[in-house]
Amino acid sequence: MSSIVTAVDRIAARFGFVPKDRYGEPPARGWLVVAGKEFADHLTSARFVVLLIILGLAATATTYFSSGVIRTAASAASGTPSIFLRLFTIASDQMPGFVALVGFLLPLIGIAFGFDAINGERAAGTLPRLLAQPIHRDDVINGKFVAGLATIATIVFALMLIVAGIGLVRLGIVPTAADVIRLLAWFLVAVVYVGFWLGFSMLCSVALRRAASSALVAIGTWLAFTLFAVLLVSLIAGVIAPLPPNPTNEEILANARWSDLLARLSPPTLFADATAVLLDPSTRTLSTLVLASQVDRAIPSTLSVTQSLLLAWPQVVALVALTVLSFAVAYVVFMRQEVRA
Amino acid sequence: MTVDEGGGPERRPERLRPPRIFRSRPKGDRPGATGAPPEAPPGAAASEPSSRRGPDPSLLIRTRNLTKHYGDLVAVDRLTFEVRAGEIYGLLGPNGAGKTTTILMLLGLSEPTAGEARVVGLDPTRHPLEVKRRVGYLPDNAGFYGALSGRANLRYTAHLNGLSGPAAERRIDEVLEQVGLAADADRRVETYSRGMRQRLGIADALVKDPQVLILDEPTIAIDPQGVAEILALVRRLVDERGLAILLSSHLLEQVQSICDRVGIFVRGRLVAQGTVEELARTLGSPEVELEVGVVDGADGIERAIAALRSLPGVRSVLPDPPIPGRLRATVTREIVPRVVPTLVEAGLSVVHLQRRDQGLAEIYRRAVAAQADATVGGAA
Repeated sequence: MSSIVTAVDRIAARFGFVPKDRYGEPPARGWLVVAGKEFADHLTSARFVVLLIILGLAATATTYFSSGVIRTAASAASGTPSIFLRLFTIASDQMPGFVALVGFLLPLIGIAFGFDAINGERAAGTLPRLLAQPIHRDDVINGKFVAGLATIATIVFALMLIVAGIGLVRLGIVPTAADVIRLLAWFLVAVVYVGFWLGFSMLCSVALRRAASSALVAIGTWLAFTLFAVLLVSLIAGVIAPLPPNPTNEEILANARWSDLLARLSPPTLFADATAVLLDPSTRTLSTLVLASQVDRAIPSTLSVTQSLLLAWPQVVALVALTVLSFAVAYVVFMRQEVRA
Repeated sequence: MTVDEGGGPERRPERLRPPRIFRSRPKGDRPGATGAPPEAPPGAAASEPSSRRGPDPSLLIRTRNLTKHYGDLVAVDRLTFEVRAGEIYGLLGPNGAGKTTTILMLLGLSEPTAGEARVVGLDPTRHPLEVKRRVGYLPDNAGFYGALSGRANLRYTAHLNGLSGPAAERRIDEVLEQVGLAADADRRVETYSRGMRQRLGIADALVKDPQVLILDEPTIAIDPQGVAEILALVRRLVDERGLAILLSSHLLEQVQSICDRVGIFVRGRLVAQGTVEELARTLGSPEVELEVGVVDGADGIERAIAALRSLPGVRSVLPDPPIPGRLRATVTREIVPRVVPTLVEAGLSVVHLQRRDQGLAEIYRRAVAAQADATVGGAA
């Protein structure tokens, strides 16, 4: 429709008819223009190159050692399903596995592309100029978030391709359809998880005036969650449901339930759980609490793709919710700020 | 001319209409204005016809009792002013007077507490996108993306304004040419001097082909050569394209040298407005200071002093010792044309004459001092 209007205008102008309003409508998708510019900036930025090199090296090294482990154990492992996925998860003596190391480092991408999103524009003096253009105010933050997500998706996808490529060359194993589905599901979850850190670091960039303090707060929070979360969880669970020297079954149960619940408030835990289920078909439960009676008669078998997705569903939903929440807070704070300040 | 007030967009003033039409208009060649007395202030003249035949389309900025409170602080207090097409309006005031707040309200980036504003006939609070599409804004200390070239920065602005493709590129070339940056357009902005950045800022505001240009402190921290270039560019834009320009500054000389009309804005209030001459006449002292130089030797200076003292309106005459043959005289305005003939009749050769109108500077200085006092008083 709009192209017809443009064409009519062009023909009218060709014959000397000036359109009624030379301005026309402001661009309907301001966020798309912002996102396009930001995405191009990200891809040509030094931090993109640095992150891609660091994470690429981590991915190559872990996969190299993992594939070595798989090769030596190849005869024993010939019957195991999803050898291809083992490439991503298995740890060697020298290195942790791909998902362990890269999963730990992934939030850095989100932080790197979000920590100076707004305060960087403020410091450079470009924010008032940007807001004086005919776009809505939220187009700025929406466009930046979308551009950040696209950059994250680009990097994570490239890393997955590196691992898959090494696997194909060194091991000659071809993924099954189920493997591909599991990997794509993991990819989406990883983007959402890194999106949480993107949203959080954008919140820092809205709330804090200086890019350096915003980066420090974001990285500090990331380290606190990944390194000290386990410690904190057991501490708090111990306070709420204490374990006396000779605990009863009920007390152990209560403590374990609280530990599980608290751990699932932490995005890294949610992501690790979802990863464990999606990339390892033999993961059958995420609870730390498994009664002997439940294991007793269980036949060691693997889950199908749909069953794994079902098992990981609560974690995935929780991650999406946390990501939406982190971005929503950044959005609201940004919308309420004065243009100056 | 506005959508919400019943007019059609076809009544928008043409971009290249000769700007002088608008300036001669208050003299009464418009039927609606005949009811207003010729000496009426512009606000009264404009409100008269607006009730009958819609707002005057040449009034591109119009505010009425525009007010902004930040908590207890009154940043802008019942501001009423107008800017027409083909006119440069200087908002003159010290830092912190509320100039930027006013501008943000005109762009719909800040909501007025009370009062109303119309920019290109639209309410900026209700139609911010349409207003921002038609108004070019150069913010105070405008910045650019340093890693991008000047051209790429302008391209981003063009895209945000819905311009793209070859049309946008042509427009970018055109404005780069206008501000004299065509040769440097493909260098990174990081390498630009301050003056170049400021000119790029003006180009950036012009990319959208605006009807109104708002320049917030466009000459701050720029060397005198750069200031002259920017002011000449602004003047050219008004004369050639009939833009309406609102220029905010705290520097009296610049506002005086370029603006058609000036509003002195102190502590959120407009204390005086009009042309520079009007302000000087109505608010300044009735006296001006003259610096006169005659050929010295043979008691020329004494004869000059004696001749000037014989004139009726001369308040004081004193020799100005550092330079031989110089004297300073304080005289009433009416007597100025008679000074040189008197000296010539006395047989003296006049080699230097400079007039200093202290009126406006004095008002401005007093107003700024009053603000400083109030700030100290408020803090205590």
